[in-house]
Amino acid sequence: MSMLAGQWNYFLVIALMMIGFYTVIARGNMVKKMVGLTIFQTSVFMLYISMGKIANGTAPILTDAAQKAYANPLPHVLILTAIVVGVATTAVGYALIISVYESYGTIEDDELIKIIEAEEDEGADA
Amino acid sequence: MSGFLVDAALISLLTLIAILAVRLHRLFAVVMLSGAFSLVAAALFVVLDAVDVAFTEAAVGAGISTILALATLSLVPRDEKPHSIALVPAFLAFATAAMLAVAVSDLPAFGDANAPIHNHVAPEYLTGSAEDIGIPNVVTSVLASYRGFDTLGETVVVFTAAIAVLLVLGGYTRPRRRNGDRDKEDGNAR
Amino acid sequence: MQDDPVIRVVAKVMIPTVMLFALYVQFHGDYGPGGGFQAGVIFAAAFVLNAMIFGLNRGRHVWPANLNLLAVCAGVLLYGLTGVASMLLGENYLDYDVLGATPQAGQHIGILLVEFGVGLTVASVMVALFFTFAGRMTHNRLLDRMEAQDKDAKRGAVKEVPKKRSRT
Repeated sequence: MSMLAGQWNYFLVIALMMIGFYTVIARGNMVKKMVGLTIFQTSVFMLYISMGKIANGTAPILTDAAQKAYANPLPHVLILTAIVVGVATTAVGYALIISVYESYGTIEDDELIKIIEAEEDEGADA
Repeated sequence: MSGFLVDAALISLLTLIAILAVRLHRLFAVVMLSGAFSLVAAALFVVLDAVDVAFTEAAVGAGISTILALATLSLVPRDEKPHSIALVPAFLAFATAAMLAVAVSDLPAFGDANAPIHNHVAPEYLTGSAEDIGIPNVVTSVLASYRGFDTLGETVVVFTAAIAVLLVLGGYTRPRRRNGDRDKEDGNAR
Repeated sequence: MQDDPVIRVVAKVMIPTVMLFALYVQFHGDYGPGGGFQAGVIFAAAFVLNAMIFGLNRGRHVWPANLNLLAVCAGVLLYGLTGVASMLLGENYLDYDVLGATPQAGQHIGILLVEFGVGLTVASVMVALFFTFAGRMTHNRLLDRMEAQDKDAKRGAVKEVPKKRSRT
């Protein structure tokens, strides 16, 4: 039980990660998958940031006050980069969703597969 | 005690928003919930002493990401097809969660000051930022000076994303099968 | 949305304030939370707000498309060329110590230039993304109208002069 109390941040991360993971693999709508991917990414950020926290520490901005412990700045830098890269890939993902909708008329996975298979059959017959 | 209450409130709100975002069918509500998720995550980052990260997550996640998703929703259908709970993905999610919970037992406890990551390069960066660089914000000094190459790569990634979106949506249209026309057309979007 | 006086007045007050705050965040990133990425996104938010409330045409007029692409490239080049400047002065790539009289001054100058490059790129990219996404519906309508005109021309119908779109 003390292990649970000392590591509750990891269990929160696992819960959010699995919610995002389930959304990506179980739902067919592409916009919903993107939102699930965002939840997944944010849970990974939470993992790194919670590992960088030091008890009784403060934000890693040096002050003149006698401060013993600052939070570890390295995970913050990595996650800052990761957030910006995440929004870049999300933007490209949304652009591709719009492009798929304009070409095929649907953004649901199963309908898309049916349309593509129907076109392949037409192509094979023709 | 009040700190614990704030933490518990933020964490339960975060989980509730995530679960609702999975369950709802109206995509407009799902997108707004993802913006709310980013904002509550930013608040949680502040509680975890990561102020720069909270700033970025609030600006980028709750701002730009929500705007782009709403712009997408203006062009695609706004309702999801009703689904029942899919059993195999749910089982996969639970199995992965169980494996991760077992793996997590080896990680250092939350807030432990003697964890290995705090004794490697981090003290060097904290002292170097005061003496060699002279900047109070250690995250900026690490981002721009100590790890400047990574930031250069990140800037190029953002640049590449802009180029990719402009190529996909910038103005040249492939044949649109919805209307049955197969001629190639050029359009001026800008 | 521009017909609503409350939204118009509030937006006209908020947009310069937001841009000023973005510049503050950019240049005080050394002393408090902030830096290039946050400042770039906040600066872009001002332009997105302008376009959302006063219309895409007016929004594009303030931040033209070719200037947008130029700014995107200029930010990345500024970052890269800071490193090249260090090399020309004899040290390694992106070694800021030689850019100033003392190593500390050099680091300050280097970090300032580099963060400004990052902020410029991020702001321009976010504005470009918004205008690309938001302009897609107009682009599709234009294509539909062009297709309809081509069909009419093929059928030999009289081509109608396209109506001049009112400024939205």
